[in-house]
Amino acid sequence: MGHEDKLPALPAPRPGPGSTPPSANPDDLARAMHALARAMAEEDSRAEQPPVPSEEDSLTPDSFTPVGAPRWRSGRDGARPSPPEAGRAGAIANGNAVARPVDHAPRDTTTGRDPLARRITSLHLPQFSIERWMRSLDRRGEILPDDLPAALAIEGPHGPVIHAATRAAGLAGVHKGARVVDMRALCPDLRIEYADIAGDRMALQRLMLWTRRWCPWTALDGDAGLVMDTTGSDHLWGGEAAMLRDIEEKLSHLGLSADLATAPTHGAAWALARFGGVRDCCPPERLAARMAPLAARALRLDADTVLLLQRLGLNTVGDLAAVPRLSLARRFANAAAAQNPLHRLDQMMGRTPEPVDSPDDPPRFAVEARLPEPIEDPTPHLPALARTLCAGLEAHGFGARRIALTIYRTDGEIARLDVATARPTRDWQHMARLFDGKLDRIDPGYGFDLVTLDATVVEDMAQVQTRLDGGADDGAEIAKLADRLSARFGGQAIRHPVVRESHLPERREDWHPVTGPRAHVLAPAPQPRPFRLLEHPEEIRVLYAVPEGPPAQFVWRKQTHRVVRFAGPERIAPEWWRDRPGTRLRDYYHIEDHASRRFWLYRDGVLGDRRGDGPDWFVHGIHG
Amino acid sequence: MTCAPASLRTSTDLLRDRAGAVSPAATLSEVFSTTVIDGAATGFALAHLSPGRGPVLWVQDRLSRRECGIPYMAGLPAGMDVLRVDVSRPVDVLWAVEQGLGCPSLGGVIAEIWGDPPVLDFTATKRLALRAEAHAVPCWLLRRAAEPALSGARERWRVSSLPSANAPCDARAPGRPHWRVELFRSRFRAPATWVAQYDHARHHMSLDHPIALRGEPDGTALSATG
Repeated sequence: MGHEDKLPALPAPRPGPGSTPPSANPDDLARAMHALARAMAEEDSRAEQPPVPSEEDSLTPDSFTPVGAPRWRSGRDGARPSPPEAGRAGAIANGNAVARPVDHAPRDTTTGRDPLARRITSLHLPQFSIERWMRSLDRRGEILPDDLPAALAIEGPHGPVIHAATRAAGLAGVHKGARVVDMRALCPDLRIEYADIAGDRMALQRLMLWTRRWCPWTALDGDAGLVMDTTGSDHLWGGEAAMLRDIEEKLSHLGLSADLATAPTHGAAWALARFGGVRDCCPPERLAARMAPLAARALRLDADTVLLLQRLGLNTVGDLAAVPRLSLARRFANAAAAQNPLHRLDQMMGRTPEPVDSPDDPPRFAVEARLPEPIEDPTPHLPALARTLCAGLEAHGFGARRIALTIYRTDGEIARLDVATARPTRDWQHMARLFDGKLDRIDPGYGFDLVTLDATVVEDMAQVQTRLDGGADDGAEIAKLADRLSARFGGQAIRHPVVRESHLPERREDWHPVTGPRAHVLAPAPQPRPFRLLEHPEEIRVLYAVPEGPPAQFVWRKQTHRVVRFAGPERIAPEWWRDRPGTRLRDYYHIEDHASRRFWLYRDGVLGDRRGDGPDWFVHGIHG
Repeated sequence: MTCAPASLRTSTDLLRDRAGAVSPAATLSEVFSTTVIDGAATGFALAHLSPGRGPVLWVQDRLSRRECGIPYMAGLPAGMDVLRVDVSRPVDVLWAVEQGLGCPSLGGVIAEIWGDPPVLDFTATKRLALRAEAHAVPCWLLRRAAEPALSGARERWRVSSLPSANAPCDARAPGRPHWRVELFRSRFRAPATWVAQYDHARHHMSLDHPIALRGEPDGTALSATG
C-alpha cells in the first residue's frame, strides 16, 4: 500500500492550439477549475477548429455596443466592423441572453478574464440606524418596550422628518420621510429622537472593516449597505449558502438584521439583496433569468429615472433588456452614468466591469523580534524594535501616542506594558526611554522568545523643522519630559494648573494631567495671595476679641501663634449655583504671627447666620 | 631630555582660584527653612526664577505636600507656569529632578524633600549640580526638618521670616515680606547674611545689609498696639 500515502496524480490536460494555462489571478479556485473543465470539454468536441472565429460568431448579436465598447472586448470590436443586422439584436437578445453568458464568457481568451467569474455579496442593512440606536439604549440599561413606538428624525426642509422607525412605530403607520408633526398626530405616544447620521456612517465604516473576517475586499455601498467580493472565499466557510448563513448569524449577534445575496456582479447582488429571496445565491448561468422579473428600481436608479421608465412602460429589468441598445442609448444620452439605465444594466449583466473598490486597511504599526532561544530581559532588543517601528511610522507620516510592548513567554503567558506620550512621537530613543524602569516589572517566567512593539494609537504627524538657530522646540522638549515622568509615575503624577472662573481658592485652580488641554490664564487676584495652599484647610482653635473681628491668637499643630499683624477680612461668599444649601461664607485674614510667619486664615461663617453653631477657623495658605 | 617643571600650586592658590571663579548662570542651590511652616524658603527660591524663561518643574514628596501644601498659582509671580510632579519617595524626587534638569526648555526646577533621607547624599546632590550647570537649568532644593549635612550643592542658604514692612495704607497689615537669608556655604563667594525684601508686584528681590532693617520700625513695636 505504498502508493496510497502519495498525493493522487492528476492527468495533465492535453496541450491544444487555443488552450492557455490558468493564470494566477485572484479568481475563485473552484470557478477556475470549472472553466478549465469546460474549456477542455469544448476543446475535445471541436477537434481542430480554431476557437477564436467560432466565439466571434456566437458573440455577433451582442458585440454591437453604441455606447462605447466594454473594455474586456474592446480589442476585437475595434478590429472588426459591426454587422449591419445589429439593430435587431435587442429583439432576439431576450431569448438568447439566458444561455449566452455561460457560452462565451469562459472562452474570452483575449484578456483571459471571465466577467461573470467573480462572486459579489451584497449586504443590505435596512434597519441599521434604528437598530444601532436601540443597541446603544440597551448598553445604557434603558429597555425600550417592543410595543412602544419610537422613531429617529432628521432635519428636513420643513421641519424634522422621520429617518427610521421601530417595528411598533411602523405598524402604527410611521414611515420614513414623513414629517414628525404628521406622525405625532397619527401616533400620539411616538417617541422621537434625533438620528446620529455621522455616527451611523462611522459605525458602518467599522462594520465594513469587521466584515473582512469573511473576505479581504469589502466596501461601503450606499448609506445602509456593504458590498463584499467573496470570490474564492466561500469555500473557507463551507460554500456560499453556509457563508451567507454565517454572516447573517454573526450580524444578528450584533443586533443587526441584514438582507444578503450573492451574484456574479455587483448590480445583480445589490438587486437580489433588496428585491430577491432570502440569502439568494445566483449562479452566473441563471443571471439573466433571475434579473428579468425584478422591478426597474433594482437597477440602482433614482426615483425620477424609475418613474420615467415606468411611463415608458419598462417596469422590469427584462423589459429594459428587450429594448434595442441603440434606442436606450439615444434616449438616455444625457443621463449621468449612475442614472443611465443602459449603463446600470450593463453593470448588472457583467458587460461593464464594476470591481469592488475596497479601501485599504488602516495602517497598523507593529514590529516583532523572534528570538532563537528564550531570554529573560527584553532590554537589549528594545532599541532595534523601536527604531524599526519609528521607521515605519515615519514612512507613513504618523506618530505614536500609545505604545505597547508585549512579550510572549514560553509557557504560554503574555505580559504587556503600555506607555502613552503627550504628543505624537517617532523618536526611537525617546520611545525606548519610556520603558526605563518598567521592564523590571515584567515577570519573564522561564523566558520568552517573542517580543512585539505595537503602536496601538497613532496620529498624523507632520515633519516639523526645528528652529533655525539650532535651538530645540520648547513644547516638544517639555512634552518628552512629561512622557518620561508619566511613564514612570503614572499619568496623574505630572499635572499643570487649569484656572477656572471662581473666587473660592481651592476651586479656582484645578490640576489636570499634562496630556489634557491647556488652560487660559486669568488675571491675578487683587488681594495678595499666598505662595502655597494647603490641600485641605486645617482647623485651628482661635482666641478673638470679638466674634466678627480678627483672631488674636490661635493654636495650629499644637503650636500657639500670637497674631501681630493682620489684614482683612476679605469676604468670599459661597457659590450658590454650585454649592450645597447651607454652605457658609468665608472671611479670609492675612496674618503675621509673633515669629513673623505669615498665614492665610479664614473663618467659616459668621455668628448668627443660622447655618450652624459658632464659626470655625481654618488655616488655608502660607504666605511668603 | 628635560621638560619644564610643573608649576607648583599651593592649596592657597587653589582656594584663590576657586574664589575668583565666575558663578555659572544656573546651578544647584539648597535652601533650609528654619521652621517647617515658614513660607520664606519658597518665596526666596521663587524670587530667583524668572517667569519668562519657561515653565517651572515643581517636584514634591508626599510629606512636603501634606505638611506645607501645594503651589498656589494666584500667589506666584505673574506669568509663571508650573508643572507639578507629585511623587511619594525622596528617591523619586531625585529621579524626576534629574530628568527635568536635562530639559533646557524649563525655566527652573524646584524640589522639596522632607527630612534627611539617606539617598540625598553627596553623590546625588553632586549629580544634580553638574546636570544643572551642564544644561543651564537652575535647581532649588527646599529642605525642611533637615540638618545641613554633606552636600554637593554649590550654594546653601538658611532662610527665615522677618517682620514685614509696613503696608502703605494700613498700619496694622503686613506689607512686603522681609526674610533673613544666610548664605552659609558657597563655592563662589564669601558667606554672609542679608535681609531680603521682596516686591511681589515687580517680582524683584533686593538683598540688603542687616543694618538696613534697623532704621525701619519693625513689627515688635507694633505688636503692643496691634
